[in-house]
Amino acid sequence: MTRIASPTELERIRAEVLAGRDPERPHVAVCVGTGCLATGARAVLAAFEAAIAEQGIDATVGVRGTGCHGFCERGPIVVIEPAEICYLQVKPEDVPELVRETLVEKRVVERLLYLDPRSGERVVRESDIPFYKHQKRLIFGPNRTIDPTSLEDYLAIGGFRALARALFKRTPEQVIEEVKAAGLRGRGGAGFPTGVKWGLAREAECEPGGRSSGASGASGKVVVVNCDEGDPGAYMDRSLMEGNPFCVLEGLTIGAYAIGASEGYIYVRQEYGLAVENVGRALRRLEEVGLLGDDVLGSGLSFRVKVHRGAGAFVCGEETALLLSLEGKPGEPRTRPPYPAVRGLFGRPTNINNVETWAAVPRIVSEGAAAFAAIGTAGSKGTKIFSLVGKITNTGLVEVPMGIPLREIVFEIGGGIPGGMRFKAVQTGGPSGGCIPESQLDLRVDFDELTRAGSMMGSGGLIVMDEETCMVDVARYFIEFLTDESCGKCAPCREGLRQMHRILTRITRGEGREGDLERLLELSALAKEVSLCALGGTAPNPFLSTYRYFREEYEAHVKEKRCPALACKALVRYVIDPARCTACLICMRKCPEGAIDGGKHRIHVIVQEKCTSCGTCLEVCPARFGAVRKISGVPVPPPPSEEERVIVRKKKAAAP
Amino acid sequence: MSLLERVDAIIDRHGAEPSALIQVLLELQGELHWLPREALARVGERLVVPQSRIQRIATFYKAFSLVPKGRHEIHVCMGTACHVRGAGRVLDKVKELTGIAPGETDLELKFSLETVNCLGCCALGPVMEIDGKTHGKLGAEGAATVLESYE
Repeated sequence: MTRIASPTELERIRAEVLAGRDPERPHVAVCVGTGCLATGARAVLAAFEAAIAEQGIDATVGVRGTGCHGFCERGPIVVIEPAEICYLQVKPEDVPELVRETLVEKRVVERLLYLDPRSGERVVRESDIPFYKHQKRLIFGPNRTIDPTSLEDYLAIGGFRALARALFKRTPEQVIEEVKAAGLRGRGGAGFPTGVKWGLAREAECEPGGRSSGASGASGKVVVVNCDEGDPGAYMDRSLMEGNPFCVLEGLTIGAYAIGASEGYIYVRQEYGLAVENVGRALRRLEEVGLLGDDVLGSGLSFRVKVHRGAGAFVCGEETALLLSLEGKPGEPRTRPPYPAVRGLFGRPTNINNVETWAAVPRIVSEGAAAFAAIGTAGSKGTKIFSLVGKITNTGLVEVPMGIPLREIVFEIGGGIPGGMRFKAVQTGGPSGGCIPESQLDLRVDFDELTRAGSMMGSGGLIVMDEETCMVDVARYFIEFLTDESCGKCAPCREGLRQMHRILTRITRGEGREGDLERLLELSALAKEVSLCALGGTAPNPFLSTYRYFREEYEAHVKEKRCPALACKALVRYVIDPARCTACLICMRKCPEGAIDGGKHRIHVIVQEKCTSCGTCLEVCPARFGAVRKISGVPVPPPPSEEERVIVRKKKAAAP
Repeated sequence: MSLLERVDAIIDRHGAEPSALIQVLLELQGELHWLPREALARVGERLVVPQSRIQRIATFYKAFSLVPKGRHEIHVCMGTACHVRGAGRVLDKVKELTGIAPGETDLELKFSLETVNCLGCCALGPVMEIDGKTHGKLGAEGAATVLESYE
């Protein structure tokens, strides 16, 4: 592809790309996002290439590795177009059959289709699977149809049309007005109106004596993509960055034009190797064709972008900490104001938005603010991508309109709780978010409703918990996480969280004392009041929200030394039900402590004095027996007598 | 290539300015799996950054290690999704079998153990990654089987 020097040329090249493509031509899309790669997608992709070549149909069938499709639970995912036949959990050894049957003989291979547990029927098309059917995949949707390394693929779905429109048909002010009118709010957590943020950065003046950025000596405004996705259980930013980097870069370039920035940075979390690779490749490609660099599309806009890898610090997701980290310093948040819009990276006016926010921009510019604002609630417009994880049947990434009831996400899209367990809570908003109990399941998910329920949107992690999840342990877990990630600048966060963690740990060990809960409330109030940044200010939320909705669990731990969820190791004993044990010897052999007494034809008994509650016996006891169970807060039943422990097997007893 | 030549090559790629410090250290860590003292001295000299600041960066950010790592790097995911599915039991087992705690390396330099906050493979939780290979849907017993396969 040559340099694209004008919008006319862009359209000409797009027409060429489209003319060379037959929408009816069969092609195979294999998801090669991180989730599917972990289950072996790379080998599946290679197997398709080999099998297609072997069948001699490589001239008529296309194969591409795409970004994340979202249904990570059932990966590796393969979709065969144009019929959209969706095969799940495909293994390399399945591939020759799929190629022969579906691509050559045009037959569907039933056994790899989705089986709807409700109707008991197989589902052929990807979009008919209940997991996808209730979603509205405006931003995340293209992930499944394009190869993230191919600019041609992105152009074929209308890529860079929005940039051309912004550069040639709109003034920077008009672009900002459009984003404001769309009602787009920051997807990174706080939900600040994006258009307003852009306006502040546009109005800010560059200090003539501002510090320069080292050797390059650059000055002028800066735009930053925050892809330091640190919330455990949230990975939508990574999937967008891996699966559709051109879209994020198009949004960023539109933002640079609107704000008047000449330089952009992409700050990617250290663990996201594939995202760094894909966005780096996309950057180089755009520079080659003149969609980045000097004189973008012949508009005179000069804009360069660099990728910067994080080094493993949760607090760097906070914007002021992120900027210091970009400067090569420890990421410690500073007081605001001045806001980054006024004094940001190296003292230059800076605008930071989250990946998902940037990815929403091209759509707003190309489809118009009204179309975006038509979706959602009064205060929260558009769609939001959530990662639905934890104790849920369909783990994955889901994009839904703002205002959808939480119940619909958990039960219609997520398919409910696996293993016949009861739903207990959904944790939203990352470590400093909160837990939403069953009584609030009809809540309509948007920025304001979640805040009202004592939680927050955060970056969009939804962690589902069932009756086996202990809410005290969950609070302890998050406080431990935050203690570890506190940068150490403010005492109530650094020391207060440490004390909270100590008390919560004690409670989960059955050593809770009177006054512990009051002390936790006091430390929470202090950290909320005095901390400088959002990490410290919201850090007590996991305790406060679980205490608000699950107070009886705290009291059971402290007063009765009982864990109602049977999760806290120190409060749980394992016992073998003599009526169900068949003396199969498996748990006896696997117990690392040798704490199981038994033998052939002799019902097994756990010697409580030796047992460390590691849970191995429960894990290895075959499901058809289900003889091992957990108890808490009640005495261990006495073991059966030696006579009662003997199992007389009829068949074996009859043999000579 | 000697150690210092490798350090120089990395610095040349990123530009010898103080703001490149984290990116230079990340690449060093990626190549050597730890940050030897001589390498840090060279970085300080060329980037004109005092050792005190380098030490601060190397200890503030989790990606860096000031001690050598074992042949196999184990990362046990402690993300929320893995936690509610029982990652704690997996970690306990790995600690027991390797005899080391997170952040440590055993004396034979066989294993290094770290916990991570989320690997983003929540559908596979509990997850453990060894040398970049993901092992999913683990319990304590499953983790033991996986560890046995490493020499």
